[in-house]
Amino acid sequence: MRALLPFITVIVLVLLAIVGVEAANLQFLFGVVIPYAAAAIFLAGVIYKVVSWGRVPVPFRIPTTCGQQKTLPWIKQSRIENPTTSAGVITRMLLEVFLFRSLFRNLKTELREGPQLSYGSDKWLWLAGLSFHWTFLLILIRHLRFFTQNVPIPVQMLEHLDSFLQIGLPLLYITDVIFLAAVTFLLIRRFTIPQVKYISLAADYFPLFLILGIGVSGVLMRYFIKTDVVGVKELTMSLVSFSPAIPKDGPGTIFYVHLFLISALFAYFPFSKLVHMGGVFLSPTRNLANNSRMVRHVNPWNYPVKVHTYEEYENDFREKMKTAGIPVEKE
Amino acid sequence: MYNGGKIILGLAVFAGLVTFPFLYNIGQADRQPDLKLDTPVIRQMAVKHCVEPKAFMRAEHMQLLNDWRNEALRQGNREYVSSTGEKYNISLQNTCLHCHSNKKKFCDECHNYMAVHPYCFDCHLQPKENVQ
Repeated sequence: MRALLPFITVIVLVLLAIVGVEAANLQFLFGVVIPYAAAAIFLAGVIYKVVSWGRVPVPFRIPTTCGQQKTLPWIKQSRIENPTTSAGVITRMLLEVFLFRSLFRNLKTELREGPQLSYGSDKWLWLAGLSFHWTFLLILIRHLRFFTQNVPIPVQMLEHLDSFLQIGLPLLYITDVIFLAAVTFLLIRRFTIPQVKYISLAADYFPLFLILGIGVSGVLMRYFIKTDVVGVKELTMSLVSFSPAIPKDGPGTIFYVHLFLISALFAYFPFSKLVHMGGVFLSPTRNLANNSRMVRHVNPWNYPVKVHTYEEYENDFREKMKTAGIPVEKE
Repeated sequence: MYNGGKIILGLAVFAGLVTFPFLYNIGQADRQPDLKLDTPVIRQMAVKHCVEPKAFMRAEHMQLLNDWRNEALRQGNREYVSSTGEKYNISLQNTCLHCHSNKKKFCDECHNYMAVHPYCFDCHLQPKENVQ
């Protein structure tokens, strides 16, 4: 059930775009208004989220136990896993962002006969996750050829490299294959591993179905239900130069489906788990040097506490204390 | 905000990347492809038509060329029957480029616009207009 609703939602989004373009002729809505709105929501939403996280005080450093902390000189410190310097933290962040180092430690836990609890290495999630994120990034960069008049050389080089197998025409992109395979793996994983299935929510399935929908619609448009790419570029170029216009014999419905799903993803992004794109940089266990023993970290929310000293107490009750025979410091 | 400097720097980079397509094209002339069909052969045609209808050719020409390559070179079949039942000789040089002898103003217009680099002319001879 938790997977069904997101699946139906994505199907409805696809149908909305098809009906909107084919039946209602809302090309301008789906081709201009919604993409602009989605881009604005994405930009403003992510900034809002990151700023709101930035306003949360981080009173202390969270030491992680995956590496030896800096201690006595003859004990070797794990400089990357448990850094005390900015350089160490930056290295840790780079490894985290580009290579998903934390995920590399992923283990699978099994209860075997006995009963015996056993742990084993499980790199598949890391591999699929890394492939998915990298190919998604490369595909995004590759799409810049639709958004730039003189396509930058690095983008052209990337496209050359991506299609160098020269399979079919239009040339098959290696990233397309890896991307769809990785997303499919990440989806099937949620269905087949009982523990993962148990904790998977609609908010986990929806982005997967949506991204799979984007990938499938893109692949369909490039390799199967082809559309006029020049028309597509005329539209995208008109969008980025703020003079939006739908070309006269513009792109086919499949393009609007693809675009609408992407718009949905962008608009959904800041309000969902996908915003971990910004969040990873603000992870306290990753971005803080473990220097609690060297630097004093004062709680940022400490306010001046109203205190009542013994001196003041004695001033208040001196006479009564004397009468009761209690010794006082000042007469 | 805590660590405001670093966070704002990060957000500035993010905003720069997101708005890159908008910023990159500022001041660049909007150059749309301008195909020319006025070659001597096309001018002499009574009914101007390609091997398949225009809409099909626009979207599928690369697929058609790939199929033609496979038919001619791998199957040895040099005859193509179009959707309208007409027979054509499968040949890039003698059929396609016979009419479209203006590669620069025909092929290259869109390919340059879309930044695609077909590898047709890695093997085939370029039309004479380009050989200088």
